[in-house]
Amino acid sequence: MSRQGVRPADSKKVSGELFTLTYGALVAQLLKDYENVDDVNRQLERMGYNIGVRLIEDFLARANPGRCYDLRDTADKIQQAFKLYLGITPSIGSWNPGGDEFSVVLETNPMAEFVELPEHCLGLRYSNILAGIIRGACEMVQMEVMAWFIADQLKGDNVTEIRIKFVKRLEDAIPAGED
Amino acid sequence: MSGSKQRPSILDKSLSRGKTEVSATAFALLFSEMVQYSHNRVQSVADLHQKLSELGQHVGVRMVELLFVRERNYKRETKLLSTLLFVKGTMWKSLFGKEADKLDRATDDERIFYLIEKEPLVNRFVSVPRDKSSINCAAFVAGIIEATLTSTGFPAKVTALWHKGTTFMIKFDDTVMTRDKQLEGR
Repeated sequence: MSRQGVRPADSKKVSGELFTLTYGALVAQLLKDYENVDDVNRQLERMGYNIGVRLIEDFLARANPGRCYDLRDTADKIQQAFKLYLGITPSIGSWNPGGDEFSVVLETNPMAEFVELPEHCLGLRYSNILAGIIRGACEMVQMEVMAWFIADQLKGDNVTEIRIKFVKRLEDAIPAGED
Repeated sequence: MSGSKQRPSILDKSLSRGKTEVSATAFALLFSEMVQYSHNRVQSVADLHQKLSELGQHVGVRMVELLFVRERNYKRETKLLSTLLFVKGTMWKSLFGKEADKLDRATDDERIFYLIEKEPLVNRFVSVPRDKSSINCAAFVAGIIEATLTSTGFPAKVTALWHKGTTFMIKFDDTVMTRDKQLEGR
């Protein structure tokens, strides 16, 4: 039996369906393990944070994005990262007057393909892992941000929208005992 | 969010054509979180394998539905060998972009088959700790295979072994063998 595929196995890419269904398996497991959806939301965010902390290394090495001088730069880089990792290009918009808050708008959400939220899970923020990833990644480049979902196609909205707010710049802490 | 909004039914959407791809890094990091999460909640290696397999089964049953509708014109397989070739070919290609390396039959037990994959995707990023060298995260893939076979009417137990890379040992139920013999020659 020969080893031929419909497409050459690209080692940098994997099937989107495998990814989506794997994520679905994780969310389903968390729903089984925890008593309520709020805990699941929190756990997903925490896992996302862990991923973000590691993902940023890969992003800096691969995309060589350079430094961000303002939040608009950061927004562009986040858009770039979505393209690189999930193969989608979200739009960036809805800046607040202060310029420290913006939205990432997804027309399609690769995390939520094949997903339908049952009645009793309407409080579930299904893709909450994305919010955690953004927070974790930004923290590693000395930015504290908050990220949360304000619209979700799974809940009948037209788009999926993540709101991101800049909180503060993290200063390099002096290691203990070296002041 | 308000409950009055009309939530879309998944059946209103057209079936994905399965051409989307995401970065391997994204999958690797997600899978790694899953393994760590499962690892934190179990006591033994066997339990970890069990957990990962359950997660894989969740994926497997859904892939079966998807692939038979999309690629096989709604027709399920009824013969044992065709089902195994479906796993090795169609299923493997849509999940991992290639066919599995090899399919073998055990010489001493007719219920046992081996599906060999030298370097499964899920193990590409895993370094196995020395004190727990029997851990094989391909248990997740074993779960996918098990669910595929079981939900197509060929109940089987699938385990991932370290042998010539990774080998999935598929052990079918006796009922499956009996029925397949009856079908033979028809």
